[in-house]
Amino acid sequence: MARILSILVGLFFTVALAWSFGKGAYQQITEPPAATAEHEFHLHPKEVSFASDGAFGKFDRQQLQRGFQVYKEVCAACHALRHVAFRDLAALGYNDAEVKAIAKGFQVPVYNNATGEVETREGVATDYFPPVLYGGQGTPPDLSLITKARHDGPAYVYSLLTGYQDQPAALLKKFPDSKTPDSLHYNPYFANLNLAMPPPLTGEGQVTYGDGTKATVDQMSKDVSAFLIWTAEPKLEKRKQTGWPVLGFLLFATILGYMSYRNIWAGKKH
Amino acid sequence: MSFPWAKEYKPSHPFMQWMDDRLPLPRLVYNSVGGGYPVPRNLNYFWNFGFLAALCLVLQIVTGIVMAMHYAANTQVAFDTVEQTVRDVNWGWMMRYAHANGASAFFVVIYVHIFRGFFYGSYKAPREMVWLLGVVIFLLMMATAFMGYVLPWGQMSFWGAKVITGLFGAIPFVGEPLQQWLLGGFAPDNAALNRFFSLHYLLPFVIVGVVILHIWALHIPGSSNPTGVEVKSESDTVPFYPYYVAKDGWAIGVFAILFCTALFFFPNALGHPDNYIPANPMSTPAHIVPEWYFWPFYAILRAFTQDFFFIPAKLMGVLAMFGAILVWFFLPWLDRSPVRSGSYRPLYKKFFFFGLIPAMAVLFYCGGAPAEEPYVMLSQIAALYYFAHFLIVIPIVSAIEKPDPLPFSITESVLGEDEAAKLAPAPSATVA
Repeated sequence: MARILSILVGLFFTVALAWSFGKGAYQQITEPPAATAEHEFHLHPKEVSFASDGAFGKFDRQQLQRGFQVYKEVCAACHALRHVAFRDLAALGYNDAEVKAIAKGFQVPVYNNATGEVETREGVATDYFPPVLYGGQGTPPDLSLITKARHDGPAYVYSLLTGYQDQPAALLKKFPDSKTPDSLHYNPYFANLNLAMPPPLTGEGQVTYGDGTKATVDQMSKDVSAFLIWTAEPKLEKRKQTGWPVLGFLLFATILGYMSYRNIWAGKKH
Repeated sequence: MSFPWAKEYKPSHPFMQWMDDRLPLPRLVYNSVGGGYPVPRNLNYFWNFGFLAALCLVLQIVTGIVMAMHYAANTQVAFDTVEQTVRDVNWGWMMRYAHANGASAFFVVIYVHIFRGFFYGSYKAPREMVWLLGVVIFLLMMATAFMGYVLPWGQMSFWGAKVITGLFGAIPFVGEPLQQWLLGGFAPDNAALNRFFSLHYLLPFVIVGVVILHIWALHIPGSSNPTGVEVKSESDTVPFYPYYVAKDGWAIGVFAILFCTALFFFPNALGHPDNYIPANPMSTPAHIVPEWYFWPFYAILRAFTQDFFFIPAKLMGVLAMFGAILVWFFLPWLDRSPVRSGSYRPLYKKFFFFGLIPAMAVLFYCGGAPAEEPYVMLSQIAALYYFAHFLIVIPIVSAIEKPDPLPFSITESVLGEDEAAKLAPAPSATVA
């Protein structure tokens, strides 16, 4: 009786699934889903490597400072960095005076209790990067965590910054309705191919690096991506450096554990 | 209860004797995980996963309590408090990654533990209660993990909560009010986040309670073993201490190496990038997927794409998703084969390795994939097999299958017939 009941319940689910499968398969044949431009022309991020990659990866502090410069002079016009405090920049190799000077360069909003107005003051080291007001098209995301908030994040940021191009003729030929609207910009590394952000890094020398590195678009993109790896995970180096002694200890302890296991079970067939 | 040859706890130190007369806690420990618990000598490494699961539970509770010290369950600040823990709290990054990856490790371990039970028939008499309590633990784990994933209040937290609580809305008549009652609102918001935090803190301790019952129920008949033949004599067993303490000990080492490799070198590999974006009710992610350990059941949910007679597709999906786990409760009575271990069940073994395992693998894969073809059709085939396996294949196989001959005893399976005969105890010493 229980067996018949169980087979009936089993048939209920399996027949329902077979029905879903059959109708789905029929729909696939009669009306196959239309191809979309996003599906065919979206590209995965380019291959790019950073000093912080790999199990022994460390930040290249010169590069982080260059990347911060790109952020400050270009990105910061629209993108905030709200999880990062100025004091954190000491990790990039800046000394106290330099951190204070950087903080001073930012205006931080404060609410004045006496007047009820929001005023601004110069930043101090303990302040976080202030919010960025933006009234244009699109919604510039906060960049603090961007390299962790996208698949293959660092490569994605680099690819996006270097990926602006004209819409391929093949795309327009196949999908005539998918012409990039006037206010948007074509970029195959962006999920839906068209984004509101105009190409931010347009030409060599847009930023003048203090260390003499040539500021090509490629270099600036790489540098700012490296900087954003750091903002997303300032403890990355410490994490990897902690990992090795931990694994070393565990390996040692596990070998001892294995030996004691063999010792205790010696002569006991199992 | 234990076997007659189980060693008795004999405190030698006067203080321990004094203690034993008043609160025999050391005796309980001795009889549970010490020299007083005889365990089959032939357990393979799949039997280490129960101990590992307990370790994971402790790890989650310890890291979780630390995380809770730095967390605020408020939609305005929840995301930021988690980030602050990672950035500004000493070793906060390690606690956070250990807790997030610890959930994954717990599920890896528990899935191996459950599938060991499927293959070796651990659910069969006299261990039905062990199995039923285990399924209860699994359900509690799923609820706890789901609510924990909501707490950082990222995009996947919010949209996952919205999708999963939305499932209750599929229940006829009471669905919508029930959903609102669960959430404390029309959509996940501060009320929901607060109660999820409260329950996420509570449920692990409920799990601890059920784990104690699970182990208690296990100790009545004692552990099963890969042959499925019950323990007959003392030569079939070894005391838990030192034998299995040593074996579990080095297994913990292997587990810890794998876990720490993930923790220190790939901490975000199993997470979803969208959860590093703060929750935004106005922006729906392109693909809403739960954490990987829910993928098989998510695939089953989405496999029902058509209304079935008068039952809407969504309700079918919800019934099937919960049914896929609830069916495990009936397993001891669906599988009527007197033989426990799959090793001696030629037909069952085939269905297990060439049916259930591939179906689960496909469901895992498709549950994490977007709801497009061919993933939907693949998961429909796999889900079809999944239900057929438990509700049709197992009852029929257990009725028609001719099992292979079983060894007379555990000792015989380990030592061979001749050696075992030398050790054979007088008949009066055997356990019926």
